[in-house]
Amino acid sequence: MITTMLTATSIAILTTMTLALIRAMLGPTVFDRVLALNMFGTKTVLLICVVDFMSGRDDFLDLALLYSLMNFIGMVALLRFTEHGSFGEETVT
Amino acid sequence: MNLIAFAILALLAATAVTVARMRDLWAAIMFTGIYSFLSASWMLILDAPDVAFTEAAVGAGIATVLMLSTLALTGKEERATTRSPLIPLLVVTVTGGALIYGTLDMPHFGDPSDPIHLYPNPSFVEKSQEDMHGLPNVVTAILASYRGYDTLGETTVVLTAGIAVILILRRDESHPEQQESP
Repeated sequence: MITTMLTATSIAILTTMTLALIRAMLGPTVFDRVLALNMFGTKTVLLICVVDFMSGRDDFLDLALLYSLMNFIGMVALLRFTEHGSFGEETVT
Repeated sequence: MNLIAFAILALLAATAVTVARMRDLWAAIMFTGIYSFLSASWMLILDAPDVAFTEAAVGAGIATVLMLSTLALTGKEERATTRSPLIPLLVVTVTGGALIYGTLDMPHFGDPSDPIHLYPNPSFVEKSQEDMHGLPNVVTAILASYRGYDTLGETTVVLTAGIAVILILRRDESHPEQQESP
């Protein structure tokens, strides 16, 4: 029962990922692409959690946390670049 | 589980083709971020969480930021090439075919009689228990103790590369016309 549910969930997540990727490829404006990328990152985190529960291991959840942090940092960097055309006055480290 | 791996690999291939065809460099960088996320997930499914950790942190995080700051110094668009793509395509196809031919000789995934499970012989693991002086696990012991000088050298290389990148990306304070208004 649980396995069926997890399989169905992973198929749904993978479908959503595919749709988000298609939107990011087609996306006429910058913000379509940014939204699609953000959604893709979130779905990756969810997929890792589902895989974690499917394989019965606990240590992948830490990675899911790291992914969401990385997704956030990447998104902030992309949006700052879109807004300013550069990273402003600060040095990038 | 296999189905998830196949789906991720298909998405990886689609992303790679998109990156190659993209002329808008900003979007291409975005897609390389997606590519790193996908390949990290794939490594995770192959049971290599440490590699996946590095790939997610370096590939999706730092590389994206570095490439964007490079883009701030150069242009946003790639020039359309005028040369014929046939020769690069041929080279890529031949290299890919050679790599696939190379994998045919590899032992099956997870096979207990793999060379990697027999050499160095298991006493390596047993001995490292005594040698590691209270370090929590064998990988840390090998990285920090047995291969200490190697790791030190690697860290020096990474530090040098980081310093070089920062020097290239740094704004020159003595030329105010290069500074952009925030």
